[in-house]
Amino acid sequence: MANVLIKGGRVIDPKSKLDDTFDILIDENKIAKIGKKITKGDVRKIDARGKIVCPGCIDLHCHLRDPGRPDEETIESGGRSAVAGGFTTICCMPNTDPAIDSEGLVHYIYREATRASLCRIFPIAAITKKRAGKEITEFGELVNAGAKGFSDDGDVVADSNVFRHALEYSKIFNVPIFEHPIDENLAQKGMMNEGLVSTRLGLKGSPAIAEEVIVARDLLLAKFTGAKLHLCHISTKGSVDLIRKAKKEGIGVTCETCPQYFYFNDEVLASFDTNYKVNPPIRSEDDRQAIIRGLRDGTIDCIATDHAPHCQAEKELEFTSAPYGMIGFETAFSLIVMELINKQKFSWAKILSKLTVNPANIINEKLGVIKKGAVADITIIDPKKKWKPTLNTIQSRSKNTPLLDRELIGKCIGTIVDGEIKYYLED
Amino acid sequence: MSPKKDLLGIETLSVKEITQYLDLADRFAAVLERPIPIVPSLRGKTILTLFFEPSTRTQISFSIAAKRLSADIVNFSQVTSSVGKGETLLDTAKNIEAMKVDGVVVRHVAPGAAKFLAEKLNAFIINAGDGGHEHPTQALLDLMTMRQHFSEFKNLKVLIVGDIEHSRVARSNIYGLNTLGAKVAICAPPTLVPLNIEKLGAKVFYNLDDIIGDFDVVMALRIQLERQDTGLFPSIREYRTLYGLTKERVGRMKPGSIVMHPGPTNRGIEIDPDVADSDKSVILTQVKNGVAIRMAVLFIHCGGRLG
Repeated sequence: MANVLIKGGRVIDPKSKLDDTFDILIDENKIAKIGKKITKGDVRKIDARGKIVCPGCIDLHCHLRDPGRPDEETIESGGRSAVAGGFTTICCMPNTDPAIDSEGLVHYIYREATRASLCRIFPIAAITKKRAGKEITEFGELVNAGAKGFSDDGDVVADSNVFRHALEYSKIFNVPIFEHPIDENLAQKGMMNEGLVSTRLGLKGSPAIAEEVIVARDLLLAKFTGAKLHLCHISTKGSVDLIRKAKKEGIGVTCETCPQYFYFNDEVLASFDTNYKVNPPIRSEDDRQAIIRGLRDGTIDCIATDHAPHCQAEKELEFTSAPYGMIGFETAFSLIVMELINKQKFSWAKILSKLTVNPANIINEKLGVIKKGAVADITIIDPKKKWKPTLNTIQSRSKNTPLLDRELIGKCIGTIVDGEIKYYLED
Repeated sequence: MSPKKDLLGIETLSVKEITQYLDLADRFAAVLERPIPIVPSLRGKTILTLFFEPSTRTQISFSIAAKRLSADIVNFSQVTSSVGKGETLLDTAKNIEAMKVDGVVVRHVAPGAAKFLAEKLNAFIINAGDGGHEHPTQALLDLMTMRQHFSEFKNLKVLIVGDIEHSRVARSNIYGLNTLGAKVAICAPPTLVPLNIEKLGAKVFYNLDDIIGDFDVVMALRIQLERQDTGLFPSIREYRTLYGLTKERVGRMKPGSIVMHPGPTNRGIEIDPDVADSDKSVILTQVKNGVAIRMAVLFIHCGGRLG
């Protein structure tokens, strides 16, 4: 394995509180040295001047459609897309076909991930058998096989008693329960956020309260059980307020939001572009502002992508017939740079904590840090790079993003996983 | 003024654009009174009506309008309800393009369906109703009918009663009436009032008896009987009791006021037969004006010239 020397980048690691220009020497799969002006012959050198060098980013929430829909994504194509977006670790949700609810399927994910050899892929296993919401899966066997958490994502666990038992049982293994907080009865299969824009467009709305009702229920259950609750894709002001209050009370909850919820507001739906149809829906400007405040004050722990590939034929339908979801790996950093860094003036350290140390802690992994001896998972970001995602350049097998052919700022240019360069974009 | 390629909704139309449609429709209404009510304006043009939702009057109205303009008209209807059945809208669009029609009149259950076609086709698109979004020709014919009865739109008080939530007719009328300076209110059970509708320029009332005497125009909307099953109101009987245009209620309307309904009516539910057939009712005038409005719309978007 060739050694790598990353020269002259601004090294930012929220965990070890690094933020300075350093060289980093990688030996085999470990960080061997961090210092000023490291010289070494016979190494692959990466010129990182003007770039951000940070711990490999971790996405707690993505959909790889594998097994089941290889036309939309596979472990390999998803992995390729992830490393192109700067993610060295991704957690894939179990709403596949079949659902990841057995030891064998967890092994399958690991096997495919090893074969693809792109990034670390950790399965989140189903909370309930076949994701049917009735009986909990064999958490013990699944954790033993490598599941890092449990979720019925795509569906809420509607039965409060089942969810209570899942939370209680997870305590044996100290793993998080990832909830998809949407009350399906209130959401009524809504196409977009319920509000002024849905009223204008005549599209069925999914109200913010559909999310908040479940967030409130789950926070009570988390308090009651003392288990680790992780709330997925938080999108509303009410949810942020509830979670903020719960954290003050000391309830063991973490949560994530996604770039689409801090970058867009529901006005974009007036285009009827089905790529904006996501679940939960893109919310109002008030909600968007509240999400940004939640990111700023630490209420929101993580930024995840909810990367959700769909084939062109499914998205090229009239709005009501198209499925929910947009791809997200490759554009995540652009939306972070354009909105949170450039407009909202977040510090890089704060942003990166939500992509490195925080998600690593949630899944109990010793990743997401740059220090001597640590595993060499590293992401290099060019915060000024202008680029356009195009049909030809998107690595995901699916192209369902409203950002297609739009000029973006900020891009991952290098991704190193376990000491190996898995993605590098020459200038 | 060169018209836009398509007519997708009233929301984005200016006073001038709306007035242009209405003025031209008035001229075509006169044509329709002639012994031979036909003009050669669109000879050689081909117009397709593409209806994915059941409709009788709108499709017939467009057909007659096209024939009165000497256009060739082809009617197609296919009622589809869900995903993945039959040909996709995109494929349909591509086929239409290949057959080189000049214009397409489309009705579809999905909001945005007309816009979807407009973006894919060179042919002009007339939205004949896209889900709960817009139904621009209905609003234009309603405006035409109101204009025949009242001197101006400024301060005209219009009340729309019924299922606003699912109504494209309500939305298109709210947009058009606001643009023209009228005062719009709606009256419906809260379960059928979409969120923030007041921000589109519609005052919201729940109790019809309190307010019916204040309006120049009362427009009843068709209540979809199957809504009852989804729990949006408890029974048709209670709906009629609270929101039906009964003779007694209509008797308390202002002198000179009119009753409208976009049709088809559920007689005895949202409107009683003796109201629908009374002097206050302009329902059949609406239907008549519909042909003139659709002539105006087809004429303008087909690039017709007035001789």
